[in-house]
Amino acid sequence: MRVLLRRFSRAYGAAPYQLLLVLGAFALTAYVVVLLVPGPSFTRMLVWFLGAVVLHDLVLFPVYAGADRLLRAGARRGRTAVGWINHVRVPVLGSALLLLVFLPGIIEQGEFTYYAATGQTQQPFLGRWLLLTAAMFALSALWYLVRVMRSRYLGVGRDGN
Amino acid sequence: MFQLDVTYRAVGSSPPPELGSIRPAPREETRRDPWEELPFGSPAGAWRSLARLRPAGVHRNRMWRSPLRGPWLTSMLGAVLLVTLPLVTITGLLSYIAYGPRFGQAFPREVGWLRLPDFDWPTSPAWLYVLNQGTHVILGLVLIPVVLAKLWSVVPKLFEWPPARSPAKVLERLALLLLVGGVLFEIVTGVLNIQYDYVFGFSFYTAHYYGAWVFIAGFVVHVALKIPRMLAALRSRSPRSVLRTTRAETRPEPLDSTGLVAAEPAAPTMSRRGALGLVGAGSLLLGVLSIGQVVGGPARRVALLLPRGRSYGSGPNDFQVNRTAEAARIDPADTGESWRLVLRSRNGTTRFSRGELLGMPQHTATLPIACVEGWATTQRWSGVRLRELAVLAGIPDPTWARVSSIETVGAFRAATLQSNQVLDPDALLALRVNDVDLAMDHGYPARVIVPALPGVHNTKWVRDIEFGSD
Repeated sequence: MRVLLRRFSRAYGAAPYQLLLVLGAFALTAYVVVLLVPGPSFTRMLVWFLGAVVLHDLVLFPVYAGADRLLRAGARRGRTAVGWINHVRVPVLGSALLLLVFLPGIIEQGEFTYYAATGQTQQPFLGRWLLLTAAMFALSALWYLVRVMRSRYLGVGRDGN
Repeated sequence: MFQLDVTYRAVGSSPPPELGSIRPAPREETRRDPWEELPFGSPAGAWRSLARLRPAGVHRNRMWRSPLRGPWLTSMLGAVLLVTLPLVTITGLLSYIAYGPRFGQAFPREVGWLRLPDFDWPTSPAWLYVLNQGTHVILGLVLIPVVLAKLWSVVPKLFEWPPARSPAKVLERLALLLLVGGVLFEIVTGVLNIQYDYVFGFSFYTAHYYGAWVFIAGFVVHVALKIPRMLAALRSRSPRSVLRTTRAETRPEPLDSTGLVAAEPAAPTMSRRGALGLVGAGSLLLGVLSIGQVVGGPARRVALLLPRGRSYGSGPNDFQVNRTAEAARIDPADTGESWRLVLRSRNGTTRFSRGELLGMPQHTATLPIACVEGWATTQRWSGVRLRELAVLAGIPDPTWARVSSIETVGAFRAATLQSNQVLDPDALLALRVNDVDLAMDHGYPARVIVPALPGVHNTKWVRDIEFGSD
């Protein structure tokens, strides 16, 4: 029996309990699909489900990884006594995160439902997001300035984080 | 560059070549990539030929350079999600129960075997639903940077070649699709829902509920399979030592068979503590910009980018509205002098004008009203206790009460309350709020307000209440 299990594991590539777990998950998912298929919007849900993965893995990730590569190339060329790369990275990431999460309000999408629910419009959000972005960049620049000053007067090296 | 640790890949035990006058690299700097030497399952020949069919450009050594990626970082982020994602999931499922599945008013209505255990949702403490939904929504938002960072930390696995080395790996990757698809689908639908953007064109409730089950399936498999590896990786270095390591001292983790560590890492531009701090700062930013919609008061103004962070001016009726009278197409004529509250039971029907209701003993309670979307507001409501209305209807001990609105179009124009929700001493048919009449948008001439009841079930513009004891 033990030999059989070992042989199975080697051929299959994992222990038998892995197979049981994975099949259990597929069975549950298949059951969800069975429940959803008669509904009118199953295809849409499937598209959104797979679309979320594809957009993250093949659009969002390459975009931010590519942007970061450019930034690093720029940082290598424009070397300064105090490294500035993270002073750009952090506010960009902060601003992009807010844009990603609060996009509907910022681009005034879904305004009809929004108005029905609140009696208000989404007009303020774009301005607020821009102000938050500006504030993050300003803080980051200020912190950079402090680091530059400190390194100049105290001779502190170029490594913070 | 003193990168002497040139990659000597897969050359078995052959010693590193001599490099002339430069001193030979110490043994441990020989970077053999154990990932490349993983065994193949059956049919081994097929996997091996697949490995040889490597597309141009997909090369582990050239594509992935971050020195921070590795089992420790992935496990740290994984540990955070292991503790927090179940909380988000459970509060979500509890919310489904709070909607009252037994009365057919939890959505989706028919869920087959995925029915949750049904119990009387408590009315005490009154902030129970605020806490539940606040946790669900705010924690869900706060975890977005952690989820993204976790995905970033494992993204080399997605592009690795060969994509699988055994049947087990094929199935595991498919199961990962359930996990990643599930978590992203839940985040996307949830985030759109709290901003009233229904671009997806399917029922939010249905999609979010079933999406959760797919996520649970993927999550359980992933946790069960990865937990030993996670614990081992976490033990490999103490968090304190990571928090003490500066950028200059940051080294890649040792190459191992997980395939997470870069085979040819670039110089670090950020320390591990910096990376964790960055993720934490992202979470903090989202937390600060959203918690105000739950706690209310002056903090609400800090929720700058959320629909529920906004002021409605000042005055007793100036708090959040979830459906305006205009959107509910309430005809002002139906709410005027001719309006009557209709009480129904098997004993017959009785009607009361607003004046008569105001003449009855009034009870005042300070209660929050909390929405499934995770926002809440606490106000001082006054009106007639529901249990006194039950007595007037001749059913002093009702097991349920069905409240219907004047509204004829919405999905929530009627709601059934459980016995404890009718009998709670603070459960009201509210006529006034903060010592003034309810505004039209808040449900004038009368609305229901029950402690710890999901917001939409506190029916506005009440037309009739039917009490039953069966």
